[in-house]
Amino acid sequence: MAEPRALIVTGDGLNCEEETAFAFRLAGAEPCLVHITDLLDGEKKLKSYQLLAFIGGFSNGDHLGAGRIQAGRFKHRLQEDLQGFIDDQKPIIGICNGFQTLVKMGVLPGVEGGRFIQNCTIMGNDSGRFEDRWVYLRLNRDSPCIWTRDLATIFLPVRHGEGKFFTDDPEIIPALFSSGQVVAQYSDDSFSSPVMDYPLNPNGSMKSIAAICDRSGLIFGLMPHPEAFLYPYNHPSWTRMVSSGHSLPEYGEGAAIFLNGVTYLK
Amino acid sequence: MIQVIEVGFKRGVRDAAGENRAREIRDFLNIPVRGVITRKLYYINAEISQRQAELAAGELFCDPIIEEYRVNRKLSCEEFDYSITVGYKPGVTDNVGRSAAAALKEMLGIECKGDRGVTTATRYLLSGVNRGQAERIAGELLANSLIEETDILNFQQWRASEASEASQAQPADMDKYDGAHNRAAQDEEFQLIDLETGDAVLIKISQNRTLALNLQEMKAIRNYFQQLEVQAERRGVGLEARPTDVELEAIAQTWSEHCHHKVFNGIIHYTDEHGKKIKINSLFDTYIKRVTRELDTPWLLSVFKDNAGIIRFNDRVALVYKVETHNSPSALDPYGGAMTGIVGVNRDPLGTGMGARLTANVWGYCLGNPLAAETMSPRLLHPHRIREGVHRGVIEGGNQSGIPYMRGWELFDHRFAGKPLVFCGTLGEMPLEIAGIPCEHKEVQAGDIMVMAGGRVGKDGIHGATFSSEELHEASPVQAVQIGDPITQKKMADMLLEARDRLLYRAITDNGAGGLSSSVGEMALLSGGCEMDLARVPLKYQGLKAWEILISEAQERMTLAVAPEKLESYLSLSERRRVESTPLGRFTGSGKFHIFSGNKTVAYLDMEFLHQGDPQYELEAQYIKKDFEEPEVDISDHGEVLQFMLQRLNICSKEEKARQYDHEVKGRSVIKPFVGRSFDVPSDATIMLAGLDQPRAEGLMGIVLAEGINPFYSDIDSYWMAASVVDEAVRRVVAVGGDPGYIAALDNFCWPNVVKENMPERSHKLAQLVRANQGLYDFCKGYKLPLISGKDSMSNDCTLTDPPISIPPTLLLSVVSRISDVSRAVTLDVKKPGDLVYLLGETMEEMGGSEFYRFYGEQSRGRPYIGNRVPRVKLEEARKLYQALATAIEGRLVESAHTPAIGGLGAALARKSFAGGYGLEIDLRAIHGPSVTADFVLLYSESNSRFIVTIDPRNKESFEKLMTGVSCSRIGRVTNSGELQIRGLSGGIIIKEDINKLKKEWQAPLRSKD
Repeated sequence: MAEPRALIVTGDGLNCEEETAFAFRLAGAEPCLVHITDLLDGEKKLKSYQLLAFIGGFSNGDHLGAGRIQAGRFKHRLQEDLQGFIDDQKPIIGICNGFQTLVKMGVLPGVEGGRFIQNCTIMGNDSGRFEDRWVYLRLNRDSPCIWTRDLATIFLPVRHGEGKFFTDDPEIIPALFSSGQVVAQYSDDSFSSPVMDYPLNPNGSMKSIAAICDRSGLIFGLMPHPEAFLYPYNHPSWTRMVSSGHSLPEYGEGAAIFLNGVTYLK
Repeated sequence: MIQVIEVGFKRGVRDAAGENRAREIRDFLNIPVRGVITRKLYYINAEISQRQAELAAGELFCDPIIEEYRVNRKLSCEEFDYSITVGYKPGVTDNVGRSAAAALKEMLGIECKGDRGVTTATRYLLSGVNRGQAERIAGELLANSLIEETDILNFQQWRASEASEASQAQPADMDKYDGAHNRAAQDEEFQLIDLETGDAVLIKISQNRTLALNLQEMKAIRNYFQQLEVQAERRGVGLEARPTDVELEAIAQTWSEHCHHKVFNGIIHYTDEHGKKIKINSLFDTYIKRVTRELDTPWLLSVFKDNAGIIRFNDRVALVYKVETHNSPSALDPYGGAMTGIVGVNRDPLGTGMGARLTANVWGYCLGNPLAAETMSPRLLHPHRIREGVHRGVIEGGNQSGIPYMRGWELFDHRFAGKPLVFCGTLGEMPLEIAGIPCEHKEVQAGDIMVMAGGRVGKDGIHGATFSSEELHEASPVQAVQIGDPITQKKMADMLLEARDRLLYRAITDNGAGGLSSSVGEMALLSGGCEMDLARVPLKYQGLKAWEILISEAQERMTLAVAPEKLESYLSLSERRRVESTPLGRFTGSGKFHIFSGNKTVAYLDMEFLHQGDPQYELEAQYIKKDFEEPEVDISDHGEVLQFMLQRLNICSKEEKARQYDHEVKGRSVIKPFVGRSFDVPSDATIMLAGLDQPRAEGLMGIVLAEGINPFYSDIDSYWMAASVVDEAVRRVVAVGGDPGYIAALDNFCWPNVVKENMPERSHKLAQLVRANQGLYDFCKGYKLPLISGKDSMSNDCTLTDPPISIPPTLLLSVVSRISDVSRAVTLDVKKPGDLVYLLGETMEEMGGSEFYRFYGEQSRGRPYIGNRVPRVKLEEARKLYQALATAIEGRLVESAHTPAIGGLGAALARKSFAGGYGLEIDLRAIHGPSVTADFVLLYSESNSRFIVTIDPRNKESFEKLMTGVSCSRIGRVTNSGELQIRGLSGGIIIKEDINKLKKEWQAPLRSKD
């Protein structure tokens, strides 16, 4: 099969397009950077692509809440195209601002009966501030998520001011656990159990949730940035591994997620 | 009508912003507030029904999971004591409001009126405070009265108020600011200014208009307008002999110290401490440009002529680097001033050569003591507040622009309380060629269309260039303050890079200080003239005069030269990306700076006069050698002293703030700003990949960034201050594995006023500037560091206090270097027990200007000691050492390397140890070199050109062999004990401290209390 085409939505304050493009290229896809205005103006169509990435950044400055305006644009202007993409069972990933966007338009944890209704949110960190730090993530081996297949743990950076996964509906979280939709949780530094303590859980997320997927496992959203760990030298203490005699892998841990997404299509 | 939407958290949802505000009120104002609830207010100026407003609120303004809203009614609340509502004053940029208006239009088809179609405010509901306390909280913490209005109500007043009138912070005269395109100035485009008058009146004209021009300059202007041929030409375009206000403002902006660097380009008669006199014709030419000229480094592509310096980095990429200061605006409005500092310097690389993609930001602040009990003057903002605001501005500006920060630092001294120094820098990159054109190329042809892209023009930032050329005084203009909008700029920058790669414009430059006057004036130099129509300039609101449009420093704007045949394609791209671009006129070869308002000429100046007509300064400089008291040091407990030293503001951890800056975006960081086992000790220098997609055969190439700064040494001798700063920057590069043979440098001078006669010690301060330049020249030359760009800020004084405060003379040297294979980089943290510890370089008795002397003086007599023996640099020895260490690191022989700076060996050993999580056993008796007879000198002297490295015992021989001929002492080893243990010169153990305890103490001072 020809290289799948990965649509990376850019512009209006998004800013992780270079590294996300590189991640998809490493994984064997053809990254296609498309400015959001070209989607809104109909110059480019979602259906021409096999993968869709909502990337990190500050879409519309995070004004009115992170991801809120971008979510509104897709919901009000591109809903049909997006629903078509979902119906075609093509993989979607939302990272950081992309995760916030997917949750706020109601695509994650799941579209109910074809309606985009928000039932969870990602709100301001308990610390009240933006922070850049690395987190230890335990991945759910029983999740249907195709993006994290065969991964048990991963170490990645978070960089956000609004990353706290929250819902006021007491039934949602147990349901997410039972359907395997909780994909990753913040854990202690030995990856042994989920934690609520700051800063290991950097934002106060309910049940330490860092990533979720929809029921199909094709739509995946996470706060940490796998595209910021594509080389082993991105690890914040890689020099210590070298000194203790470990040889470094060719690529960073984050690359595996994109490889999974692309491999699914092959 | 205006619809008011109030949004607040639902009951039970955590209000982290409110909690933080409460903590700040308790910590910094000592007011025992019980609780703070935050609310957001949106005022929508549109013809819509209540129902439409409800729909908008539900869809856009409120997160339905955690928030609730009311339209035109107040959100209810349990009893509190005071409500404080804070909103922007009319004319101040409201970024959230602007985004909201755009979203309303795009999603719901709601058209809002004017530039301020949606305005926003924040409401704080406080309990446990009285009226006086509420007023203090509003004035000292929540709002800046320069740009914001506050409305304070008690609970009863709040309850009685209607939503729509619940806040006067909502601008009542909004209509006045409506209407996008301004034509108000039509009937009176300009005023004529009569310069045929006496000296006193000339000076008065300069002062009253904030022109910052001196008498000589005013006379030079008068002489120009007296010339008969000038008068004849003016008649030809319908102008009288008298200058217009537009012309006078354009000249003042162009000739401002900020833009024309009159001190650095002036004639200085310098007398040194021995009475020897020399005449210096331009410091800039004699020292700064000369280094670069004489070194003749082959990899420089463009220096000192564009907005930033350009170097060839490798055979694919060119790097563009610029560091700026934004001191005066940050003193008045720390948040807005600092934000425009970072987004402003972003535009420099963007406006350099063909236009650069932005790669990394750097920041550094010199501030007053944020923990001080009170301000030095009621008219000054407290250093804590300046610190909070400056950080917040640069954090938001940098993060929202998607640019990782790679260097960040803070220095503290009470003399920065009057004027903080806010350094912001941006590194950019370009492919060496863009569609076949060398990336550094900059050309404007006569006939090219002049286009302004980005934001609109308002009254913000008027007189920024001239105001920042003065000290902070009573009449410092409020309008000099601007607020940045990183998202508007990011959209513009993305669009411009698309346009660049399609060659849709010929040349680009930024609108910074001086606004259009400066950007158009400078670009017009490349073609030889310009014609611009101010009536075409898109405005934020009505009521601007022609001269205000010309010099407004409203943010987020670039000026382009577009070839006429490309104009349509360019404008179409700009429109598709929702970026406003407007043709304003054209570039010409007429030799004239010709400005219209409609079809009427409002300024007509010879380009040559405008850019070269200012009389050269002629200044006297007399160096006075000062003698300072030396302390008699007596230490009974070295362990305790080390703990005190680690808690000094200039040594302690600044991580809490630094971590709020994104340093991972772009995925290229290799040596991050923080390193070590727990990633929490600041690295000597940082490294980022030169690109993600690189050939890997010979290793991935990395960009190395570092800097040197130490204003304290200026008190003793600014020559050695400059030498130390250059040395610090170089050795930081070497410490991480950077190439000492491939370093480019940028100088930023921040000095007190050396021109005004009434400034104390004016001529000595100018002499200090001369000496700093001499030091910079000697050591940049010696280390083969070409200077590629720089900036000076020459009025860092504050007369709001009595006596006035001047900053210590400060030089920041920022450097960029490279490492050919990032896998060879090293960090400062010790790696494993058993490794050997070496000290490289000599430790001298050089306690002058040291942190230890400041500490010892403050503790023993309540004010710092300065001392006299300032650290010097032995160039030849240092160069040899740097080469030897670079070779050892390249050969993978070094496990860790750290260079001591402020706090000397003592602070550096502690950092190395707790960064790695292992103890150290150190013996000071093992230090070779000149005889130093006191433990405290060995521990805290800040001698330059030193490193502490650790070596695997297996590499001992190869390492020591490489160190033959350089000062190298094996002083101890890494242990498993978890203790820092140091044996003194007498043989006994003088320090034995738990490293976790030391680390906690080092982290404590600037960490917020829970």
